[in-house]
Amino acid sequence: MTSDIAAILAIDGIATGAVYALVAIGTVLIFTVTRVIFIPFGDIAAFTALTLAALDAKRFPGTGALVVVLACLATLIEIISLIRSGDIRLLPRALLFYLAIPLAVVGIAWLTMRMDPPLAVRLVLALMLITPIAPLLDRIVFRPIADGTVLLLLTVSVALHFALVGLGLLFFGPEGVRTEPLTSFSTEFAGVLISGQTMLIVIAALAFSGLLYLFFDFTLVGKSLRATAVNRTGSRLMGIRPARAGTIAYLLGSLMAGVSGILIAPVNTVFYDSGFLIGLKAFVGAIVGGMTSYPGAAIGAVGVGILESFASFQSSALKDVIVFSLLIPILIWRSLASLHSEEEIEE
Amino acid sequence: MTRLHVQLAAAAALACLALAPVVLSPFSITLMNYIGIYSLVAIGLALLTGVGGIVSFGQAAFVGIAAYATAWVSALNGQSPWLGLLFGVVLTCGVAVILGVVTLRLQGHFLSLSTVAWGLAIGFLFGNVDGLGRFNGISSIPPISLGSFALVSSGQIYYLIWGIVALVLLLGYNLLDSRLGRAMRALRGGNTLVESLGINAFRIKLVTFVIAAFLASLSGWLYAHMSRFISPGPFDASMGIEYLMMTMVGGAGSLLGGVVGAAIVTLLKNSVQDYLPLIAKGASGQLEIVAFSALFILFLQWARQGIVPSIARYLPKIRRERPKPAPPLPRRPQPTPGELLLKVDGAERRFGGLVAVNNVSFEVKSGEILAVIGPNGAGKSTMFNCLTGALRVSKGEIVFAGRSIVRDPQSRIAKAGVARTFQHVKLRPRMSLLENVMLGTYGRTSSGLFAGAFRLNQREEASARHEALMQLERVGLGDKPFELAGNLPLGNQRILEIARALAADPALLVLDEPAAGLRRQEKLRLAELLRSLRADHLTILIVEHDMEFVMSLVDRIVVLDFGSKLCEGVPSAIRSDERVQEAYLGGVA
Repeated sequence: MTSDIAAILAIDGIATGAVYALVAIGTVLIFTVTRVIFIPFGDIAAFTALTLAALDAKRFPGTGALVVVLACLATLIEIISLIRSGDIRLLPRALLFYLAIPLAVVGIAWLTMRMDPPLAVRLVLALMLITPIAPLLDRIVFRPIADGTVLLLLTVSVALHFALVGLGLLFFGPEGVRTEPLTSFSTEFAGVLISGQTMLIVIAALAFSGLLYLFFDFTLVGKSLRATAVNRTGSRLMGIRPARAGTIAYLLGSLMAGVSGILIAPVNTVFYDSGFLIGLKAFVGAIVGGMTSYPGAAIGAVGVGILESFASFQSSALKDVIVFSLLIPILIWRSLASLHSEEEIEE
Repeated sequence: MTRLHVQLAAAAALACLALAPVVLSPFSITLMNYIGIYSLVAIGLALLTGVGGIVSFGQAAFVGIAAYATAWVSALNGQSPWLGLLFGVVLTCGVAVILGVVTLRLQGHFLSLSTVAWGLAIGFLFGNVDGLGRFNGISSIPPISLGSFALVSSGQIYYLIWGIVALVLLLGYNLLDSRLGRAMRALRGGNTLVESLGINAFRIKLVTFVIAAFLASLSGWLYAHMSRFISPGPFDASMGIEYLMMTMVGGAGSLLGGVVGAAIVTLLKNSVQDYLPLIAKGASGQLEIVAFSALFILFLQWARQGIVPSIARYLPKIRRERPKPAPPLPRRPQPTPGELLLKVDGAERRFGGLVAVNNVSFEVKSGEILAVIGPNGAGKSTMFNCLTGALRVSKGEIVFAGRSIVRDPQSRIAKAGVARTFQHVKLRPRMSLLENVMLGTYGRTSSGLFAGAFRLNQREEASARHEALMQLERVGLGDKPFELAGNLPLGNQRILEIARALAADPALLVLDEPAAGLRRQEKLRLAELLRSLRADHLTILIVEHDMEFVMSLVDRIVVLDFGSKLCEGVPSAIRSDERVQEAYLGGVA
């Protein structure tokens, strides 16, 4: 391997890693606020790419139908639970958040579609369509078992991923997509060609991480999310609703996953089931950060990207074997580095 | 319900299984074969996840290793499938030992995540290794033959599969009711208790892990020779999750639940395939997995326990007989009263910059009750943890029965004769009182895996059971030995912990705040019990908060304050010591 090739591989790896980093940060965000290890973020990213591709092809994406189905389900469940607990007066609010807003989003997207919007608007539409999915899934799937163990939540999360893959095939079909590059700009740095897309990916990753940092440190909502992450009961006593904090976390997380999907779509061909590997690799990055540190997760994800890039140069068939085998030493290191409370497994 | 009823039910089930090929259609028998093959994996997973508390997403990889191993031996190299079985089992267990040694020290969800990692890595390997057929798989695998009789049709291999399942269930239930099985069941709920009983938790986890892998390898061998063709698909990550699903549906922790779960999941999948196209035309393939995952999620939301435990609640309880007298377990030589038993010399423990225990020295003589007291934050619990090996001292020496124990792990200190109780009661609430106390006898008994599975341990078991009953009677809990420990009130749970400690035949009994949270009557009873133990020449070290409780009970007192020893002496001297009064009451006005 010459230094030229190494440089190209490294840049390629950083770009892929930056995409993983966005998903990884979302994963950490959800884990700290809700204790759910949300494997399906990769699917959200893949769905965003598929949505954008459909919009580009002037077709209304299956995401719309998915959001409508999920919104109806979530509303139904919310209404039943409100009736059971006797909080009927909260009904209008529930209808607004779980039915009206998601349906409005789909409606706006559908109307805008007819006007043949430019790329920038299509990007916004894709993100708009994708963001309600995770919060709705949270209401349907995770809220009823919010008090379960991390392992129960993890098992459910994995099952949810498989359901989403099936839905992905149903709503998007088996064809892979690759969208147009967002920019054709490219530059040469120290003799190595760097495409504008690569730079865009890295810039977007940095910008979103920065925004997240500002959000957590300088807004009350961000602080309430951090408080929930540290201590659910304590923050509840301070008037923070964990469920609401969870919804916000899911919204933010799926926004980041959506952005990463948009960024990766022009570089890799995305299929309905591409999300699993994106999600898992992001997750490896998140573990490097101990599932708690955002910079740690980002650094870990970039590391995974670089490793994958070099591994696929050595043996493209075994690159995933290499990446996942490496997770084990990382886990051991994390397990040694973090102090655990003893009785984690409840009887 | 008695033991006989259970045996009759098992015999009836066996008869039904044996007659099934006569009654059922060939397709149903094929389905039954798959259920049996999946059951083996699910039983192993029930042992690993439900009993041992280790959630594994990677069992499909073990099935795959064995299936590919036997296919390589029999289809590609023309050897007998029985050689393939040997090779597959050895290879799978070997891989399991290596993975186990590397990952089983991981904590909580890190461990489960590591199973996702190696499950995926091994799964990817099957499709990418030259010589294993890549994604086309390996075909023309020969059938298993007994002598010259080949098991070709599904009705023929049926008996082999279900024979193995029945045998595995029998041996599994035997094992769970043995010394090793109790240690496995104690794993769930944390290592501290397990180690304090002299059990090497890591070793028990490893054994459990390898047993689960072994069952998976049997399943892989049967699968390869039944379907006669293998490809990477049935061993990938989604299958690993399906196995976990079977275990959880059936009821993790119940071996029979593995079989029930495998049956339900397999039949459900089959009927989803049959009926879904009727409901939604043209969308069968993709909706299958959606419907299936949705059902699983619903199941976890509504019945986390699983089917078998939910049903078992409504069955009449099995009536058991009180353990009969049996030859006693061997006792350790007890130190002569008055002899030096424990010597703490200049012990120091730092947490970063904080000195929790600072240059503390004291001695415990055989046959006395010594109390370590002090206000909140005095370093009592830290001192206690250093004594029992839960923490290491940063400096200083601790000598027990003439041997330094500062470098020993908890389980070794426990084996040397230090038995302890916990400030926050640590029992296994779903085990009976008798079983909880029998955990204490672990260090005094020796039967292992095979003795447990084949019931060659009955003499030792009888002795251990009788010993446990005697200790229960000694502390006054002997009337209901088969009650579940979780049903006791807190005061009796503390007493039960003492019985468990006594069952280990300790030279030194260490009690961590035994009176905390007890009502007055319970405290009096506890003091009475401890006095009677002293009368039996047992040495007791108490860490306690409650002055009144301590003053009337113990021989000598060591007072700690801010990590250092304030003073030491008989209760009356401590009571009148001004420094102690100042430490407790904030100065004499």
